[in-house]
Amino acid sequence: MYKRPFFWIVLAVIAAFVLVPGISGDVGLRESLLLGAVYIVLASNLNLMIGYTGYVNFGNIAFFGLGGYIGMYLVTALHWSVWLASAVAGASVSLFALLLGLGILRLRGAYFALATIGINEAVKAAVSNFSPFGGASGMYLSFSSFAPLGGPRHALWIIYFAIVVLMGASLLLSLAIKNSKFGLGLFAIREDEDAAIVLGVRAPWYKSAIFALSAFLPAMVGTLYFFKNGVILPEQAFDLTLSIEAIVMLMLGGQGTIFGAAFGAFVYEQFRGFLLVSPLFSQFQLVVAGILLLAIVLFLPGGFMGWVYRKLPRLRKVLE
Amino acid sequence: MSELLKVSEVGKNFGGVRAVHAVSFHIDEGEIFGLIGPNGAGKTTLFNLINGVIRPDAGRIVFRGQDITGLPPYRVVRLGLARTHQIVKPLNDMTVLDNVTVGACFGAANLALKAARPAAREVLKLVNLDNRADQLAGELNIAGKKRLEIARAVAARPALLLLDETLAGLNPTEVTHMIAVVRRLRDEYGIAILMIEHLMQVIMDLSDRILVLNFGEMLAEGPPAEIANNTAVIEAYLGDPDLAHKILGTA
Repeated sequence: MYKRPFFWIVLAVIAAFVLVPGISGDVGLRESLLLGAVYIVLASNLNLMIGYTGYVNFGNIAFFGLGGYIGMYLVTALHWSVWLASAVAGASVSLFALLLGLGILRLRGAYFALATIGINEAVKAAVSNFSPFGGASGMYLSFSSFAPLGGPRHALWIIYFAIVVLMGASLLLSLAIKNSKFGLGLFAIREDEDAAIVLGVRAPWYKSAIFALSAFLPAMVGTLYFFKNGVILPEQAFDLTLSIEAIVMLMLGGQGTIFGAAFGAFVYEQFRGFLLVSPLFSQFQLVVAGILLLAIVLFLPGGFMGWVYRKLPRLRKVLE
Repeated sequence: MSELLKVSEVGKNFGGVRAVHAVSFHIDEGEIFGLIGPNGAGKTTLFNLINGVIRPDAGRIVFRGQDITGLPPYRVVRLGLARTHQIVKPLNDMTVLDNVTVGACFGAANLALKAARPAAREVLKLVNLDNRADQLAGELNIAGKKRLEIARAVAARPALLLLDETLAGLNPTEVTHMIAVVRRLRDEYGIAILMIEHLMQVIMDLSDRILVLNFGEMLAEGPPAEIANNTAVIEAYLGDPDLAHKILGTA
């Protein structure tokens, strides 16, 4: 894998994410990049489902939220270290997705998409009424939880770096899958599931495996993100809007392309930041997202990178 | 010659329709076996029953001594029984080479990705698609897609290949080429073939034995000459009593 140019591009991006705010010490820039990194994780893992396998998961944010909840519970109630909590949250949400996938991935197309919306809402309702997780009032971190990381000021930087590392891991995971036999099987399922099965692709297992895999890193990042915030609430953790925005990011950058997923997420985050602070658009941020999605689907179904790769096919070899 | 596939008393109903009823036959290694019958006779349904796309209501299917009745298609192909579709199913947004690589990776060959690509290229040469390897499968014309369909199935390295109307919709030159491919598959690769075909001249010429289906039931089974002279077959399917002589050139 290290022979591929993209591997080195990922390392360079990680270095830029670490060094630029790290050297300048600019906290505002760090917060903006942190959100960008979280979105890149969400979009590129969603890409494994939508872009690689052809299954639209509207409930992708449930992995992020559930990971956040499990991690926060382990940190606040059981006083685990945030790193162990994050890893365990990733593993347990993956397992949950695997079992769920074996059931709902029998559905195809729009029926699967509808089921995933239902799952997000069901998980949200369950968590809101689950008292160990704080019910509707959520969970709060005490200040002392930051102590093992050298106090709050220090901890925020460390958490930021950790999220950047998980962002790099997401991109490399996408790359590794794309260039594997497993990935080839997924693409075959995306193109024609019945044909893939006849050719020997064990589709039920493949779909569940990728569903579980696509849950792992978002769940880990969920723990870190809500740990950084110091609070987790059902409305934030299972925000269906963010699920849909993740789809917009992916479509914008180009579904199926690794670079596109990351690029779309980053650009969308910057763009959203601009809209939210502009006096004219601050109330219409989602309207703009909706129009954007409509325009992409109508005029640029391959997204930005899909268009670029069509114009410059050689670039695909470098970036994918 | 040893027995490769044995189908015994297989049946399938769709609601009140008896699509396939009590069909039995066997195929030996290296044999080309023809399956003919009027439209709606249950030929494609029989294919679907054999490779596991649908489960039979009755009967048993044994392949290489193993009971494969009701096994899902991805298990059946792994055991060495591949098929093509009457209505081609190319993986449109993937290259021709990747399409065939899927066959090589997941079929009976079960190759690693690295070994699968050269194997896929070799199969593409066999069907004369090697100059299209990097094109998207969706861009091929119908003849190209039919060849791709065969290439994908052959890349799986099957012992038995089910061909569902591979020649339909091809022009005479393409038909001639395809017949040569089918012969090579048997003679050079040792692949037994079960083929559905409507071109009588071709099926009589290629097949070692032929099975005739009508309304889901077996009408006759035997060598081509016998089938062509069978009165029941002529009435149900061939229509013209003199056709046998025309085809076999024994006027």
